[in-house]
Amino acid sequence: MATIEHAGHSYDVDEDGFLTKGMEEWNEGWVEYVKSLEGISDLTDEHWKVINALQDYYKKNGIAPMVRILSKTTGYPLKRIYELFPSGPGKGACKMAGLPKPTGCV
Amino acid sequence: MPKHDTPLLDELEKGPWPSFVSDLKRQAETKPECFDILGQVELSYKDRITHWKHGGIVGVFGYGGGIVGRYSDVPKQFPGVAHFHTVRIAQPSGMYYSTEKLRAICDLWQKYGSGMTNMHGSTGDMVLLGTTTPNLEPLFYELTHDLNQDLGGSGSNLRTPACCLGKSRCEWACYDTQALCHFLTNHYQDEIHRPAFPYKFKFKFSGCPNDCVAAIARSDFAVIGTWRDDIRIDQAAVKGYIKGEYPSNGGAHAGRDWGKFDIQKEVIDLCPTGCMWMEGDTLKIDNKECTRCMHCINVMPRALRPGLEQGATICIGAKAPILDGAQFATMTFPFVNIDAESEYEEVVEKIEKIWDWWMEVGKNRERVGETMQRVGLPTFLKVMEVEPIPQHVREPRSNPYIFWEESEVEGGWERDIREFRARHAQ
Repeated sequence: MATIEHAGHSYDVDEDGFLTKGMEEWNEGWVEYVKSLEGISDLTDEHWKVINALQDYYKKNGIAPMVRILSKTTGYPLKRIYELFPSGPGKGACKMAGLPKPTGCV
Repeated sequence: MPKHDTPLLDELEKGPWPSFVSDLKRQAETKPECFDILGQVELSYKDRITHWKHGGIVGVFGYGGGIVGRYSDVPKQFPGVAHFHTVRIAQPSGMYYSTEKLRAICDLWQKYGSGMTNMHGSTGDMVLLGTTTPNLEPLFYELTHDLNQDLGGSGSNLRTPACCLGKSRCEWACYDTQALCHFLTNHYQDEIHRPAFPYKFKFKFSGCPNDCVAAIARSDFAVIGTWRDDIRIDQAAVKGYIKGEYPSNGGAHAGRDWGKFDIQKEVIDLCPTGCMWMEGDTLKIDNKECTRCMHCINVMPRALRPGLEQGATICIGAKAPILDGAQFATMTFPFVNIDAESEYEEVVEKIEKIWDWWMEVGKNRERVGETMQRVGLPTFLKVMEVEPIPQHVREPRSNPYIFWEESEVEGGWERDIREFRARHAQ
């Protein structure tokens, strides 16, 4: 476990850089911070659309959406999601949105 | 990194089988973090529990899989394995290598990793065991730019396909497994690198029913070579076997005296359908009753060969026990042409039919074999657009809970109770 300081906020993160306390500790400063690690130069409305979709789904369902549900709700094909988040929806977008780390046989 | 005392592991240096402990100790001479691997394994032997933390999400930009993240839960004690990620490398079909290629990969791994490997993972990948997060991108850069080599798959995607060595050195291969494996690996790079499925999905390709990559048990989509004309018999060679000029099974049982070869006992009586017999000194096969089990061909490889009208059977849905029980694959397409000219049109069309359906109806973390169980074989066959045939089942159902489509039943389901009561008073 480590603590990250960024723009006057501190965040608890695990080895993979996911927020240990999830959305509880999440704020826009976190997105700004993760951006640099995840190979994203400019945050656009499209990025926010994905982040918001993930957060809404997680709040409602308690899990991250399946990839094709994310594609359906945002209208972005997987290819676009990788253009927006080079590490992909799991490591990239979920991390930025403050969702828990994906688990299972990954 | 210092050496650790490893009394339990040291025991595993005894005995004739190649010792992974001796190998690791030798590797530790140039890569001291290998001492920490040994140290942590020794601790696990003592504590009888793993010392790797749960999960780990690392990777390279552009891909959603290929690298399995791993962290020690005793990093202070064993700093050399604090990060210990596994990198899956796509292997060549049939795993033929040149020393030049292997040396290049070893040099790269010596530079960026622990130097420890797994040749190969069960799915087929070459596995590079143990590196740190900052090393991943530079490793990937050199792998792709200098070695022209890509990562394998991990996650809810198409995993690295694998095949038996096929026509490269087996006289039974009914299609070129390596060519098909290589083609589909290239064709579906996007599906391998960027998880888009409800769960993992595996391809495996065997040249004949001996199934040397265990496709029927270890792949969601198993392509198993077969033929549909007659077994080719060389009667002179049959006589050679009977006379004892050739060893049965290519000499596979030479380690023990099983007596003189007896074609009746070892071939004809063991044929599962009983479709073989001798007429004088001529071997006869009633090919229309043959299920192509390979036994007679396996016993007399010089005398019997698969037919010439070759293709493959496609079986779908094998999986390990989690969640609802282990499954072998279900025979779905009895005979498919494997045609390189058409870029394997028939195979590709079937794969995409499955994916289109499963990506839509498959639940989160549901293997295609479980989706098939959930919807039932008749529904599955309907979506695959295959006419049900007796070969789709081992035996017909024994329960009478038979579902009918409304359109199949005269008058449909809309019935009026009053009409019924007019004939049957209460």
